[in-house]
Amino acid sequence: MDLAVACGRPLLLRQPFAPDAFDQVILGCVNVLADEMNPARVAALRLGMGEAMTAFTVQINCGSGMQSIDTAYRYIREGKSDLILAGGAEALSRAPLIYRKSAVDWYSRLFGARDLWSRVKAIAGLRPSFFKPVLGLERGLTDPVVELNMGQTAEILAHLFHVSRRDADQYAVESQHRLAHAQKEGLFAGELEPTFASDGKVYDHDDGVRPDSTVEKLAELKPAFERPWGKVTAGNSSQITDGASWVILASEQAVKKRGLTARAVIVDSEWSALDPSIMGLGPVLCATAIMQRHGLALGDIGLWELNEAFAAQVLACLAAWDDDTFCRKVLGLNGAMGRIARDKLNVDGGAIGLGHPVGASGNRIVLHLVNAMKRLGVRQGIATECIGGGQGGAMLIETV
Amino acid sequence: MGKVWDVLAPRNLELGPAGSAGQGPWRHWRLARDEDGIAWLLLDKAGASANTLSEDVLTELNDVLAKLESDPPKGLVLRSAKPGGFIAGADIGEFKGMTDAAAVEARLTEAHAVVDRLDRLAVPTVAVIHGYCLGGGLEIALACDSRIAVDDARFGFPEVMLGLHPGLGGTVRLPRLINPLEAMGMMLTGRNVHARRAKSLGLVDTIVPERHVRAAATATVTGKKAKRGGLLIEIINSTYARKLAAKRMRAEAAKKAPIEHYPAPYALIDLWETHGGNVQDMQKAEIASFARLLVTDTSRNLVRVFFLREKLKGLADGKFAGDRIHVIGAGAMGGDIAAWCAWHGFTVTLADMKPEPLAKAVERATELYGKIGHKHIDIRNALDRLIPDLSGEGVCSADLVIEAVPETLDLKRKVYAATEPKMKPGAILATNTSSIPLQELREGLRRPDHLVGVHFFNPVSRMQLVEVVSHDQVADDVLARARAFLGRIDRLPAPVKSAPGFLVNRALTPYMLEAMVMLSEGVKRETIDAAAVQFGMPMGPIELADTVGLDICLHVAETLKAGLDRPMPDVSHVLRDKVQMGQLGRKTGKGLYEWKKGEPVKERDAPKPTPEMTDRLILPMVDVCVACLREGVVADSDTVDGAMIFATGFAPFRGGPMHYARTRGVAEIRQLLWQFAQRYGERFRPDPDWNHLT
Repeated sequence: MDLAVACGRPLLLRQPFAPDAFDQVILGCVNVLADEMNPARVAALRLGMGEAMTAFTVQINCGSGMQSIDTAYRYIREGKSDLILAGGAEALSRAPLIYRKSAVDWYSRLFGARDLWSRVKAIAGLRPSFFKPVLGLERGLTDPVVELNMGQTAEILAHLFHVSRRDADQYAVESQHRLAHAQKEGLFAGELEPTFASDGKVYDHDDGVRPDSTVEKLAELKPAFERPWGKVTAGNSSQITDGASWVILASEQAVKKRGLTARAVIVDSEWSALDPSIMGLGPVLCATAIMQRHGLALGDIGLWELNEAFAAQVLACLAAWDDDTFCRKVLGLNGAMGRIARDKLNVDGGAIGLGHPVGASGNRIVLHLVNAMKRLGVRQGIATECIGGGQGGAMLIETV
Repeated sequence: MGKVWDVLAPRNLELGPAGSAGQGPWRHWRLARDEDGIAWLLLDKAGASANTLSEDVLTELNDVLAKLESDPPKGLVLRSAKPGGFIAGADIGEFKGMTDAAAVEARLTEAHAVVDRLDRLAVPTVAVIHGYCLGGGLEIALACDSRIAVDDARFGFPEVMLGLHPGLGGTVRLPRLINPLEAMGMMLTGRNVHARRAKSLGLVDTIVPERHVRAAATATVTGKKAKRGGLLIEIINSTYARKLAAKRMRAEAAKKAPIEHYPAPYALIDLWETHGGNVQDMQKAEIASFARLLVTDTSRNLVRVFFLREKLKGLADGKFAGDRIHVIGAGAMGGDIAAWCAWHGFTVTLADMKPEPLAKAVERATELYGKIGHKHIDIRNALDRLIPDLSGEGVCSADLVIEAVPETLDLKRKVYAATEPKMKPGAILATNTSSIPLQELREGLRRPDHLVGVHFFNPVSRMQLVEVVSHDQVADDVLARARAFLGRIDRLPAPVKSAPGFLVNRALTPYMLEAMVMLSEGVKRETIDAAAVQFGMPMGPIELADTVGLDICLHVAETLKAGLDRPMPDVSHVLRDKVQMGQLGRKTGKGLYEWKKGEPVKERDAPKPTPEMTDRLILPMVDVCVACLREGVVADSDTVDGAMIFATGFAPFRGGPMHYARTRGVAEIRQLLWQFAQRYGERFRPDPDWNHLT
């Protein structure tokens, strides 16, 4: 929550109203730490929003940061609230190490032993394997229903949509260059706030960026999830990182009352679900549903943020939209929708260079979409992401 | 698996360049080369859902190989384009009529030439195997330089089940590739080997998911040639080691398959013992041995049994569209039926009055799944689908309700009265009754046309046969759907009409009762059982009675006596006494035998049985089959034979009771039965239809 607090303070400072003016706080967070139960509330209190600030945490895996926005949007539409702080935060670096069940059972026996003899017996049951922890992070990134990790689902999509290792590496390189360019040009000003750590360090940019990445360099990397023939590597996957993001949502009334300047409106949102082993296709289902509802073609969307969980997964989504069979049989359309132009997609890089702090990403891509649309003078955009467990979330946003 | 995956699934099968290539000059094979010069050869047998090695498939392969020899690619990848699996084996239909061993040898020699040509091909060859790879299919794979298994591929040499052994080079190649003892084990038992085990044996070189097939195959044909053989294999294949091993193998084989009835395992052992050291000799001897076996009665009968199984499987061909089963009664049968259905993908609600039987059923299910499952999530998913249902809520959403409560008419009627009103429209009400006529059970039902009998045998997971019991009011559609349901849970349906004992129990009862008459005549129980086992029954009647449970035998016997208009052996006082004393057989540790650790304690030196003893036990069984045919309880003798083989294990190498009767001679059997009737009693009087049998 240090990140959520560090991120929230500057945002709240900028506002012409006091932090306790919000009606509530909603925060997406997947890896909730044991000493920060209901992180939304912890963050709200630590941000000085007052004891009367109700707050709850939402979790839909990678979609958590977008779910907080969606829930806030629906509450405001319903008329229940006028001003909501919706965010996402994640500290994957603090994912716990877990003791195996056998070790936990041994501990219970030891602590339950009342007399000396029972304790001796219990201690004698100690095994070296008890000390080998299970990486909480590894378990968290493995789908329990199909027993595949997220990288493996990307491998499956690469196979089904003929995405080659080279294609994936090429996309990753481009993404890194775009991010490096955006950082250099200061395009994140006002969006990315530096974090000041108590040890005197300043973190003012995401250091996962590799400005001099090349396809040749990436080609040297070994597959990360399925050796030796996999196509998904650490270089063409999102990075596992920490991060936080906040967005303020307000009703029209609140905008007027508080003298705020709205940057965009949420026109619509949609969630979709499909087989967990091909979860990467989630965005195609939900984004298409929105476009259909509003009679929009692919080309009508001026800007896209499609979360870069894996380069292969992004490319598979693009291929699916351009796939006649898929569009007819799965999406129920008359034929292929077409190709999203590369210069409208993830224009300033994405999770491959920036990282994918799971609970925060959904929030960040909506925020960045708005800022990028403003900068480029685009009216309509879609932010969408795939969700571990086999889901997808999408939002249709218009700048005002 | 949902809609999205279903649309994408066909892309999952990696067919390389041949996937998009045109048909080409052959009917069954497609060949294409990729950018790296590696050829992909696909077998996609025309007009069939599974690949088998028929004569024209092999002829075309010869042609393909000629083409490859004249214009060699950098490597060859061989796989099947059928989603179900690689190759299921030879085309058994082509074997069926052959009676001349010399002709068989000639055909086989030609086939060997083709397989040898594949083996000798001067380019690196790799077989990519998904699904089943059996018999001749495995032999084709062995002729390649390497083998790649996809995920859940399984391998096996089931020829021994047909009274044969591998005949297309398997006996030559397998013991040289993997530990010969393991190789012989595979060929002698006919059991399947799963991909993981195949890899640890060295039968396959690597296991990959579909998505890495292309990369793995390419790497294999372009990489270094794998070293084969090794010191251990050399040693075990040496003459003296073979001699030792062969002795042990014969002893093991004799336990399950006596040589008089099952020559194939011994022929195989002889083959390997004698010729295992020399490839050319072994190959010639394999062909000769196979040809000899093919024309034996045993093999012909076992091939007949194979087709009987296919015929019964064919009866399950329709459609059962439901997904939810409700089982009432979590006893030994109900609980196991529920577990079996859940394993095969149905959501099953299992109802009982008390929680303890439900808990025991879940325990048994977990044990069963642990034995037959390979993956932890398969076991977890099956257990998720098996729902203990104390309140019986599951009835309302069930597509099929199976009633498996104790055999009392009143109780069953009460259950139906409570259940039927809650059932979905169109849902089938099935009963597992073994002795109560459906005509009585259906009284009081609103829709008697939806009542059908599905009589399972114990244990459900091992006894493939299920009697599908009809009555004169049942709807044809209900019968067809019940059979299709059984197909979905991998059981064989045998249609029978509702009559006391249906077919199987009615046939087994005189078998068991006559045994007890012989007991009271002073014949030892071990002798009686030996008389039946010698004939080829898997278990003698005394042991069978103890295994089934003497209380159940008594109940069935009394029901049949009351229900059938036909003399039967008197129910022996021995049986009644045992039941009264609570000595019910295996389940109580003591019955007609003493039971220790699930096995009967048998005296070693009991006197040998006489042929007459065997006839006294077996012929009444055959007589019941004739009676059932005459009464129309079963429609045809093929169904009788199939049902008896798959429900009782009736000497399969004899082709079934009716086939046995015809082979031995109808007149001879009829006469024998008359003689027995005069000597031992009316119960042996042959059914009138013996006069009309051909």
